[in-house]
Amino acid sequence: MVESKHSWKAWIYLAPAIVLLLIFTVWPIINTLRMAFLEGYSTMGAVGGATYEFGIGNFKQVLEYKDFLTCLGNTMLLCVLTVPISTILALLIAVCLNAIKPLQRLLQTIFFLPYVTNSIAIGMVFAAMFNMVGSAFGGENELIITAGIINNVLGFFGMDPVNWINAGSSYGANMVVMVVYIVWNALPFKILILLGGLQSINKQYYDAAKVDGTSRRRVFTRITVPLLSPMLAYVVITDFIGGFKEYSSIVGIFGEDMGPTGDPRRLNTMVGFIYDALANHQGRASAAALILFGIIFVVTLINLYVSKKKTHY
Amino acid sequence: MSELKNKTMQEKDLKKVSAMSKIGKIVVMVLLYAFLITMAVIVIFPFYFMLISSVKTLEEYQRSIPTLWPEVIRLSNYVEAFNTGNLGRLFVNTMIVGIVSTLLSLVITVLSAFAFARLEFKGKNALFAALLGTMMIPGELFTITNYATVNDFGWMNTYTVLIVPFLVSIFYIYLLRQNFMQIPNELYLAAKVDGTSDIKYLWKVMIPLALPTLISITILKMMGAWNSYVWPRLVANEEAYQLITNGLRNAFTDVDGNANIPVQMAAVAIVSFPLFLVFIFLRKYIMKGVSRSGIKG
Repeated sequence: MVESKHSWKAWIYLAPAIVLLLIFTVWPIINTLRMAFLEGYSTMGAVGGATYEFGIGNFKQVLEYKDFLTCLGNTMLLCVLTVPISTILALLIAVCLNAIKPLQRLLQTIFFLPYVTNSIAIGMVFAAMFNMVGSAFGGENELIITAGIINNVLGFFGMDPVNWINAGSSYGANMVVMVVYIVWNALPFKILILLGGLQSINKQYYDAAKVDGTSRRRVFTRITVPLLSPMLAYVVITDFIGGFKEYSSIVGIFGEDMGPTGDPRRLNTMVGFIYDALANHQGRASAAALILFGIIFVVTLINLYVSKKKTHY
Repeated sequence: MSELKNKTMQEKDLKKVSAMSKIGKIVVMVLLYAFLITMAVIVIFPFYFMLISSVKTLEEYQRSIPTLWPEVIRLSNYVEAFNTGNLGRLFVNTMIVGIVSTLLSLVITVLSAFAFARLEFKGKNALFAALLGTMMIPGELFTITNYATVNDFGWMNTYTVLIVPFLVSIFYIYLLRQNFMQIPNELYLAAKVDGTSDIKYLWKVMIPLALPTLISITILKMMGAWNSYVWPRLVANEEAYQLITNGLRNAFTDVDGNANIPVQMAAVAIVSFPLFLVFIFLRKYIMKGVSRSGIKG
């Protein structure tokens, strides 16, 4: 090859990227492993001359920590609820969008709109929608001044207002709000990918099915879903990975307390746990980050394994 | 006679069947549209709610029967939001960080992608595979150490800390490399024979051909700065360097509804507005970038 003489040149082109990667990517990987296995490690302590013993104490501590179990539980629950709901909804919407002609582009644009938003900002809008003004310190007789638009709608159908996010709200109500918001946020990306997949399916399959008089349902389960399975696998995997890193959507709705007033940290997640420990307890934060990485790795492997068996290429 | 009758009966049946299937089709179409339009209304409702609430008076907003269209349009909410949140300062900060980091990031990405796509060197494939491997690691794992590193560097509360740690994106390098590889190698060899330098070739041939990808990267990077929240909160919480999302969350936070929500919604609308503009005018590029990434922001 012409270039082989100039291989030093390639390294010059790569130099800026490599220097930055060494500082901000490679060193953190090594350092996280180191800190995670030094018991009770903290950077401040290390600067002060403290020494730490090698061991798996951080991992033990993290797993025995009640807060961590709450975070793990919240994260898992959100994943298990939002991934299937948003995938099924997105699949339905994409299939319907693919079946219509007039208004298709307009509707497609509307469904993509939530993608280009700021999750903190729109989280505040959702918080306002689920808010309940005037009820915060209210007894049974106190008048609710305004119950928030969602409660107004519920009231319109004759249902009682629910305390969704304010002080004294239930964990279940909080979770419903989070699931609604996360699903709303996840839809645009999934619809985009799935619709793209649908549009690339060869029309001949459908023509053949028509000739054979195959029912709509059968066409859907035997042609559409199998041919779409690579995209389905892709959106499910990326959504699981994103779901395990859920954090800013909760900050958007509940603020940095990660929970309703009076019960902070109730909705904290794995990532939230890492951030809480980041400034002072680096050993613990590192152990938690490695656990998070392990979970994401395993879930991805399971997903890949399942999709390899079920995916039709 | 009876034969003829039979025949017309059959024809009638056939007509009936085709009419039935036509009606079925119409019913299906109506259901499809009903479902899609309902979903579209749900998807778009928060934006509508944000806009109408942002121009209501506090009194009108707090009524127990909400108005679907504001009685009085009160634009002064926007002025109040802008001043309370000091949004002008935050906007300038965000633009500085966004523009500088986008430019530097583009340079680094182009150079690296070129090296991986066109140049030959020892360990190229191994290095590229290793880089792709790091994409699997959650960013939080890096943040723990980077927080300590930037502290050691004395970068806390500077623009540098918001820009430098995120300049290299493996994903963008990957995206651009794929794009560069589609450009036939013969072009490069011909340019070599003509004595064109690598840089000139890169500038005159590869960059123009890969322009759509570069535009996608620019938009995603700018949106990233606009929407970034966690890292700036950790390392630049002084108002002089605060970014817009952090300011928004801090200045208008009050979960218990004691806040002036119309003003808060006005602030949210101000922050969302540039994103809508980008969406309207540059949707094509975003969708292209997004459908290949699966990464938000």
